[in-house]
Amino acid sequence: MDSTFNYLARRLLWVPAILFFVTFVAFALARFGPGDPVRVAAGNFRDPEAFERIREERGLDDPIHIQYYTYMKGVVTRLDFGDTFRYRDFSVNEVLFPAMWRSMQYNTVALAITVGVGIPLGIFAARRQGTWMDPASISSFLVLQSIPALVMVPFALLFFSLKLGILPASGWPRDCNVVVPGLPPGYECIGVISTEAIIPVLALSLPGIAIWGRFTRAFTVDVMKEDYVRTARSKGLSEYQVMKRHVLRNALLPLSTVIAFSLIGLIEGSFFVETLTGVPGAGRLTFESIGGRDYDMIMAVVIIGSTLYLLTSVAIDILYTIIDPRIRIGARNN
Amino acid sequence: MAREITNVATEIGPGSEYADVEVSSVSPLGLAWRRLLKKKIAMIGLVYILIFYALGSSAPLLTEAGIINHYREQDLEVSQQGPSPEHPFGTDVLGRDLLSRCIWAAQTTVIVTVATLLTGGLIMGVSFGLLSGYVGGWVDTAIMRIGDAFASLPTILMLILINATLKEQVRDAARSVEDFTGIGGIVASGAPDYFLVFGALSIFGWVGIARIIRAQILSLRETEFITAARATGASTKRIVFRHLLPNVSNIIIVSLSLGLAGIAGSEIVLTWFGVGIQPPHPSFGALIFEASGVRTVNAYPHLLIFPGLIVAGLLFGFNLLGDALTDVFTPKAR
Repeated sequence: MDSTFNYLARRLLWVPAILFFVTFVAFALARFGPGDPVRVAAGNFRDPEAFERIREERGLDDPIHIQYYTYMKGVVTRLDFGDTFRYRDFSVNEVLFPAMWRSMQYNTVALAITVGVGIPLGIFAARRQGTWMDPASISSFLVLQSIPALVMVPFALLFFSLKLGILPASGWPRDCNVVVPGLPPGYECIGVISTEAIIPVLALSLPGIAIWGRFTRAFTVDVMKEDYVRTARSKGLSEYQVMKRHVLRNALLPLSTVIAFSLIGLIEGSFFVETLTGVPGAGRLTFESIGGRDYDMIMAVVIIGSTLYLLTSVAIDILYTIIDPRIRIGARNN
Repeated sequence: MAREITNVATEIGPGSEYADVEVSSVSPLGLAWRRLLKKKIAMIGLVYILIFYALGSSAPLLTEAGIINHYREQDLEVSQQGPSPEHPFGTDVLGRDLLSRCIWAAQTTVIVTVATLLTGGLIMGVSFGLLSGYVGGWVDTAIMRIGDAFASLPTILMLILINATLKEQVRDAARSVEDFTGIGGIVASGAPDYFLVFGALSIFGWVGIARIIRAQILSLRETEFITAARATGASTKRIVFRHLLPNVSNIIIVSLSLGLAGIAGSEIVLTWFGVGIQPPHPSFGALIFEASGVRTVNAYPHLLIFPGLIVAGLLFGFNLLGDALTDVFTPKAR
């Protein structure tokens, strides 16, 4: 337990160092990149003096480490990610946070579907190991995993929206039909409960099912070979009892680590699915911000994304030692 | 070890005086190959991948022989036609033959995957893993901590950021190389784009394989045959290249093959985002992006179907092959 504690302490200590590294690199990349945010924001309007004034106001003429310090001070002390250059008179927080909330709704539902279909699929395949149904069941979902969302979404839109006309082509309801009162303005709409959400949610969840199915199958097959499972069978337990009490309890433990991978896959998938279906979420916002050279928005996405990612992986490690104390974390790298 | 057994096997091969003796010993790699041959679905994947790579790498030759068009060759008379004997995959908006463009796009995939495998996988991944595992000490700590930092970042986001921001810098560098050496056409050939894409992929791709190799080397380092080799006065170079590397070769093959789908997919995704390979150089990402508007899909579905199917087949083939190789090299997991 002592070494476990040391390991976790060491990991947590590394989090700020990695975050500093990431934010500084992202900041430098964004500042040195091509294009001029002031010009992009100005559009057709050309006034050198105004450009100078905006530069002065935003501190774009300062040396980079001072710009970085000013920016990060705002982030750490006030959770203030600065102003966007593209949406005038809005702060990054006002644009980004509602968008993240919308993305979160989709990702939560998609994750539930992925897990809810993937785990039973894996158990099904493991129970029929050696028959043709084992590879067939997983492979059919592997096909879905291999079709990129980039290709699947346009065809889904074409088929269900344009040809059949049963689903709307946009990913977010125009008039919100489910409103939760009490949430702050901009957040009260639960847009994922609508017909608009069906295509984006499916496009997000289908590719992950095969991953969950394969992991579940591998873990279940491993456990089914154990002596205690044979013992449980030989003492006459019903198959249901064997699976429920002896196999699945042990097989599903390691799956907690898969959640981290799954979340990452979902977030990456959000970029394309949101851009293609027009969900006004964080992925689409990032896509547009990169094109519009919206430095502060890109920075905010990178900082929030990396922090969440880092904390998730540390949390999964901690969770893992709690639910399975046999794991010697110090030997994790082996 | 592998070598001795192979020699015995060839000595008793046909033509030798022991030709009628039943040959029962094969090299580990030969054994793995035999096991792989038995997996029908994986072989279909492998054949597909081989055809894809053969066509992709011979795109310039095929063009020279007049079998396919150059990717820039336009014929506005026949723009946006469906499949015909003249143009088996149809033509795009500029009347460019889609089959030719798909084969040229395959060349992009070939260049990026092979370059990433060589730099990120073999050069960086394997050598950092070897160094880390065999030398140990602060070298090990430094490499693994840097690896942790890279592995804890949201890859797609960072890839997009790097490719979006550094493009001009890399082009400028290539231009100054052109001026300095007098070699023309580096920028026009699109080499800076390819360099940036596979460079960024390599920087984020080496960590996984380095960790796996390091773990193996750590346990191999303590085995008796390494101690024996050291005791007989073998140099470090000999120990690494003759004793350690051959013993991790199967792990290298498996982890590289598992990563291939990711590399190919990432290039497509980056180009789709508009930050990867730039037009007029063809890439499946660009082909899919141009064809993925709902109205375009409705009017000219062939523009999306053919590239989409080719890409889906490739990713599916990589997944099948990776799975099969895992089975073949680690029989315990079956």
